[in-house]
Amino acid sequence: MAKQSFKLKVNGSEYEVYTEPNRPLLDVVREDLGLTGSKEGCGTGDCGACTMLLDGAPVTTCLVLVGEAENRDITTVEGIAKNGVLHPVQAAFVEFGALQCGFCIPGMIVSSVALLDRNPHPTEAEIRYGIAGNLCRCTGYTKIVEAIQAASSRM
Amino acid sequence: MYRFEYYRPTSVAEAVALLREKGEGGKILAGGTDLIPQMKERGRHPKYIVSLSLVKELRGISFDNGDGLKIGAGTLMAQVAEHPLINERFNVLAQGAELIGSLQTMNLATVGGNVCNAAPSADAVPAFIVMDSEVGIVGPGGSRTMPMWQVFEGPGRTALKPDEILTEVRVPTPTQNSAGVYIRHCPRKELDIAIAGVGVYLGLDSNNTISHARVCLASVAPVPLRATKTEEYLVGKQPSEAVYEQAGQIASGEARPITDMRGSAEFRHVLVKVLAIRCLRQAVDAIGVRTTR
Repeated sequence: MAKQSFKLKVNGSEYEVYTEPNRPLLDVVREDLGLTGSKEGCGTGDCGACTMLLDGAPVTTCLVLVGEAENRDITTVEGIAKNGVLHPVQAAFVEFGALQCGFCIPGMIVSSVALLDRNPHPTEAEIRYGIAGNLCRCTGYTKIVEAIQAASSRM
Repeated sequence: MYRFEYYRPTSVAEAVALLREKGEGGKILAGGTDLIPQMKERGRHPKYIVSLSLVKELRGISFDNGDGLKIGAGTLMAQVAEHPLINERFNVLAQGAELIGSLQTMNLATVGGNVCNAAPSADAVPAFIVMDSEVGIVGPGGSRTMPMWQVFEGPGRTALKPDEILTEVRVPTPTQNSAGVYIRHCPRKELDIAIAGVGVYLGLDSNNTISHARVCLASVAPVPLRATKTEEYLVGKQPSEAVYEQAGQIASGEARPITDMRGSAEFRHVLVKVLAIRCLRQAVDAIGVRTTR
């Protein structure tokens, strides 16, 4: 299998990578582009730690072959803060102590931002549904839900 | 992941020609939410992959009162679940689509993928089957049409030939006084695979007699199973608790479940009956007719 060239647009910047087509987007973004915010948890699309936005919609990028993401708008957790200012969701996570080990948080932030983009004032049930694909083994989710509620009230 | 050749055709015709030319050992990639985990963890190693990501003609939802609903095979589950007209007039399809994994999964998984993976537990499939859906298939010899319930031959096996592509699902416009319901049972509320599921679609005539019935059982046979004896029993009956009970009993008898890590065969038989009764009651409720006690 020959290497191929792929054009990726990540957080507004354009990249060209020359790599094997059997690699997931997650691996290419972390290893070739050096954007290591997104994490690999399970590798099979169950845990959500690798969540990025593809054309604005959250997807598990451990299941997306690099070629499938070519010429689409990719947003990673590194693209959520703007000009060095945390997004209200990120600021609220810090304020509410919505993280412990932190491994799930990049994906959790991306899913939370996507939720509030679609639905700026979600109910608690809608918040829980919006992050159902992001597993956290530390927090018990309560602080995360509170942080998203707080961010929603400030946006 | 093992290595493979990777192709991205831009039309169905080009994709079919590729599959024919490259021969056996290839696999079509749609959303990848089933195929990629199979390739990572379950020993599936295709020699080559034909990605449909650039085939725009496979995407989209259209509706015409006469022709019914057409959903391109590459349409995302999230788009089916959110579509206003599907929610209004084909509600059971949205119910099924919304159960597929997390939002992240629904933003990748496609209608065609859910059908072609042929999982007995595929949540969108019973909804399509009870709505009398047909699939459009394109191969080297041209196109053909097949009722969706006939597509499945076993777990992971369909009636499609290796060089054929499922291009479209067509759903006839529902009649007046009809409703569909799909209910599954899982240990958890979200992100789980059904132990058993039941889909029902009922139409009532002007005397509130059941004139049309479709019942499909999930996760209780090697394929999504149409419960034809249950359907035959229901037609001509007036909706009543006694009729639901009897229909549930017949459906339970039609199920052919196995015992596995999710549940025993015995439990699944019981679940089919309970879920069928609930589906029938909810469908009649949704039509707006009161069930006779």
